Amino acid sequence: MGLKRNFRVWRGNSEGEGALKDYEVDVLEGEVVLDVIFRIQATQATDLAVRWNCKAGKCGSCSVEINGKPTLMCMTRMNTFEENETITVTPLRTFPVTRDLVTDVSFNYAKAREVPAFTPPVGLEPGDYRMSQEDVSRSQEFRKCIECFLCQDTCHVIRDHEENKTNFAGPRVLMRVAELEMHPLDTLDRTRMAQEELGLGYCNITKCCTESCPEHIQITDNALIPLKERVVDVKYDPVKWLGNKIRVRSSND
Amino acid sequence: MSTVTSNDQQGVTTPGERAKIKARTLRSDRWWIQPAVIVGALIAFIIYSTWRAFENAYYYSEPLISPFYAPCLASSCIDGSSSFTPIGSWWILSPALIILVFPLGFRMTCYYYRKSYYRSFWLSPPACAVSDSHKRYTGETRAPLILQNSHRWFFFAGLVFNVILTYDALIAFRNSEGEWGHMSVGTVVLLANATFLWMYSLSCHTARHVVGGRLKHFSAHPIRYRAWTYMSKLNAKHPRYAWISLVGVAMTDLYVRQVASGSITNFYFF
Repeated sequence: MGLKRNFRVWRGNSEGEGALKDYEVDVLEGEVVLDVIFRIQATQATDLAVRWNCKAGKCGSCSVEINGKPTLMCMTRMNTFEENETITVTPLRTFPVTRDLVTDVSFNYAKAREVPAFTPPVGLEPGDYRMSQEDVSRSQEFRKCIECFLCQDTCHVIRDHEENKTNFAGPRVLMRVAELEMHPLDTLDRTRMAQEELGLGYCNITKCCTESCPEHIQITDNALIPLKERVVDVKYDPVKWLGNKIRVRSSND
Repeated sequence: MSTVTSNDQQGVTTPGERAKIKARTLRSDRWWIQPAVIVGALIAFIIYSTWRAFENAYYYSEPLISPFYAPCLASSCIDGSSSFTPIGSWWILSPALIILVFPLGFRMTCYYYRKSYYRSFWLSPPACAVSDSHKRYTGETRAPLILQNSHRWFFFAGLVFNVILTYDALIAFRNSEGEWGHMSVGTVVLLANATFLWMYSLSCHTARHVVGGRLKHFSAHPIRYRAWTYMSKLNAKHPRYAWISLVGVAMTDLYVRQVASGSITNFYFF
C-alpha cells in the first residue's frame, strides 16, 4: 500500500453530539479524499455515514468541510496536502447533521420552492420564439450549478446566524432569481421579492459563495450584484423609478 | 410585467442540530494574511489622505494640481489653481474637504471595497468559513448600511471627477509659464492617474449594469450588448483597478506635493 496519512473525521449523531476521531490510513497515488474515506469505511469504521454518488464532481452529493473549507470530497486530490498534514473532515456546519458526515440540506429545497417558477407570456406556443445565444449565455453559467450547496454552507449570513434562515434564501436561490430576471421570456418581476422576502439585502458580497463554488460560477459578480443593481432600479433610484412610471423605459427590454 | 411575492416558507426551519464543533474555524491555512494586508494598506491610505486633506498647502505648482484638491472651489485656493470658486471666501477649512466626500463615497460604496472592509475591518466574516463572531447580523437591510445602495449616485459623481482630472492632465501639457506644447514627468503622472481612475470607473459593477446588464433581451440591443461584453471583461479586473487607482491617486498627490514644496524639480521632456 501507499503512504500512511492521518485523518480526523467527525463521528456524531443527529443531536449534534460527537467528536473528531483519528484514523491512520493508507493513501495511494492519485487518490482523492473520498477514496480515503471509503478506505476508512471499509477497514476501520464500517458504520461511517457518508453521502456520495457520481464521484466526478457533477452530482454535488459529497459536500463536506475539509480542513475547515467547504468542498467536494471527490474533487479534493490528496496530493494537494503536505505529506505530514493531518486532514480533518467534518460535515457542513450550516445544516443539521443526520449522522457523521451526512447533513440534512432540505432547507435549500424549501427555499427554492419559495421562488415563483418561470412564467412565459400567455399564449406563447413552443417554437414561437427563437432564443439567441446572447440571450441565454448569462443563464447558462448559472445552469452549471450542481446544487452541492457549498455556497449556502459557507455564507456567513446563515452559517453564523441560524436565526437568519427564515429571512435569507442564500446565494444559490438568489442566483436562480437572477437567472429568471435575465430570461427574455419571463414575465414576472421578482426584484422586490428578492429584496423584501428572500433577503438579498443580507448579502454583504464578501464572495465566499463564489470562492467555494466547484463549478467556478461567478455567483457574486454575475448574479448577486446584478440582482442588487436591479433592486436599486426599482427601490433606490428615483430617476429610474420615474422613467418606469412614465413609460420612458420598457420593463421588458 | 407583474411583481410577485414568494411562495410560502413551508419546511425552511428543519428540525435537528448542527454538528457541535466548538472551534471558530478548522481552517489550517493562513487565512488571516489577506485581511491583515488590506487593513494595513487601507489604514496607510487613510492616514496619508487625511493628513494631505488637512494640510492645505503644496497642492498646486503650475501646471500641476493634486487630485485631492481638484477641482478647487473655494476663494482660499492657491493662486492659479482654480478659476471657478463658487464656494467663496466663507469656507475657511481646507478646500479638499469640499470635494473629497464624492470620491470617498464612491469607494466606500464600491462593491469590491465593501467586500474588503466587511472582511478586514468588520470581520463579517474575516475569511470564508471563519466565524464572524457577531451576535446579530442584518447586513445591508437597514440603516446605515442600506445607504450602500447609493453607489450609483456616487458613480455618476465619480465620472464628473474623472472628466475634471482628465482636463487637469491635458492642461499639464504646458510649462510653468503657461505655454502649450510642453510635457513633463508631471504630465505623465497626471495622465496615468486619470487613466487609472477611468479604468476603475468603467470596470464598476454599476457601470456594467447601466450600460447593458439591466437588459433582458441582449439580442434586441446589439450595441449595448457589445458594450456590456467589453465592460464585463473590465469588471473581472475591478479589484485590480481599485487598488491601482487608489495607489495612483496617492502617488500623484505625493508627486505634486514634492514639486510644489520644492523638494524635487518637475523634469520637462520638451
